[in-house]
Amino acid sequence: MTRVLALLAAVFALGAAQAQELMPPDVLVKQVTLEVVDLIAKDKEIRGGNRAKLIGLINDKVIPHFNFVSMAALAMGQSWNKATPEQKKRVTEEFKTLLVRTYASALASYSDQKFDFRPLRAKPTDTDVTVNVRVLQPGTQPVPIDYSMEKTPSGWKVYDVMVGGVSLVANYRTEFNNLVRESGVDGLIKNLSAKNRALEGADRK
Amino acid sequence: MVRWLILVALAPFLGGCATTNGDPRDPLEGMNRGIYAFNDKVDTWALRPVSRAYHDYIHSEIRDRVRNFFGNIADPMIGVNNMLQGKFEEGFFDWVRFGFNSTFGLFGLHDVASDMGYEKHNEDWGQTFGRWGAGTGPYVVLPLLGSSSVRDGIGTGLDYLTDPMGGLRRAELRWGLWGVRIIQVRSDLLDVSQLLEDASLDKYVFQRDAYFQRRRSLVYDGRPPRERDIDTIPPGQPK
Repeated sequence: MTRVLALLAAVFALGAAQAQELMPPDVLVKQVTLEVVDLIAKDKEIRGGNRAKLIGLINDKVIPHFNFVSMAALAMGQSWNKATPEQKKRVTEEFKTLLVRTYASALASYSDQKFDFRPLRAKPTDTDVTVNVRVLQPGTQPVPIDYSMEKTPSGWKVYDVMVGGVSLVANYRTEFNNLVRESGVDGLIKNLSAKNRALEGADRK
Repeated sequence: MVRWLILVALAPFLGGCATTNGDPRDPLEGMNRGIYAFNDKVDTWALRPVSRAYHDYIHSEIRDRVRNFFGNIADPMIGVNNMLQGKFEEGFFDWVRFGFNSTFGLFGLHDVASDMGYEKHNEDWGQTFGRWGAGTGPYVVLPLLGSSSVRDGIGTGLDYLTDPMGGLRRAELRWGLWGVRIIQVRSDLLDVSQLLEDASLDKYVFQRDAYFQRRRSLVYDGRPPRERDIDTIPPGQPK
């Protein structure tokens, strides 16, 4: 009996995992966006400026859907191949911290704008798609937010975000390459972690 | 006289051509960084505090009306630029927007056209030149106006010449409206500029790259052809 139950549980868990894997990228973006916005709207502390709590929320709800290794690799461009596995890990960690913090700042300035989730234009066989969302605000042009997503064994993952036509990872490429040219990959890591520490210090004030 | 003034204004920056990372799009980096630092000072000590006060002490309802008003008087020229780019339907609807918003929207204070589904567009002379095939030319940081390029700088000059507010006879009214518009635009960018500050390692480089990406996207109305140079993508990464 217990064995049957265990089997059932296992099948169920497998099914759940598969269901999540199969969740289409546009549905995933819509669901996560609306959930996060709703959680923030309900949370007095976050709206009152509790940055640590907001970052916690982002870590729980948003981060699992991002592929930071891809993001770091794309931001570094050619320099990625020059880095050792240990350096790649450090860059990815520091870059992730910076992006989460940036994302928190962007979310903190959100104030009741409406979202327009665009229908996905992709073939079912595509493994690399762009999900378009637009933020609507009267009197100005809607701001497009485009998520570049890739299919992985653990579901669709975001590897770039474009806001108003500006790709986040591409925008870091020149900065990263300048730093690598000047002081190597270690110089880049040092700069990123100094930046993160400075931002952390500013938060605590 | 005017030319002489510009020369005097630029003189302190011309000496600053020292550090460059050799970005081919930015041959004037030394001078640009000088002007950038100057703009940053003006922003920190004048423009940002005034815009912050405007944002904090003026009710958002009123700020929305101000934004709509300036947005509305810009729509006819946005329409002209759309038509010059061969987008006659978009251009026509920019004028429809102006018609609806100027009348039902009470002189443009309410953006009723957006509620009706006629979306606002973003066009200017620089984008029109881009659509006609003109490249951006080198990056230029304009005194007080900030990020630009040779193409877009010329475009901005034409934008001002064709600005309906430029036709106002009374100079104090014209400058007053321009002043309010600048503060309104800057106050909308308070969050963005803070984000830039937080996200970047070298603010100058980050803003320059964002400027080029943004303008390219605008020239193609948000659908630029993909421009991923293959050799910068590491093997095993998404194309």
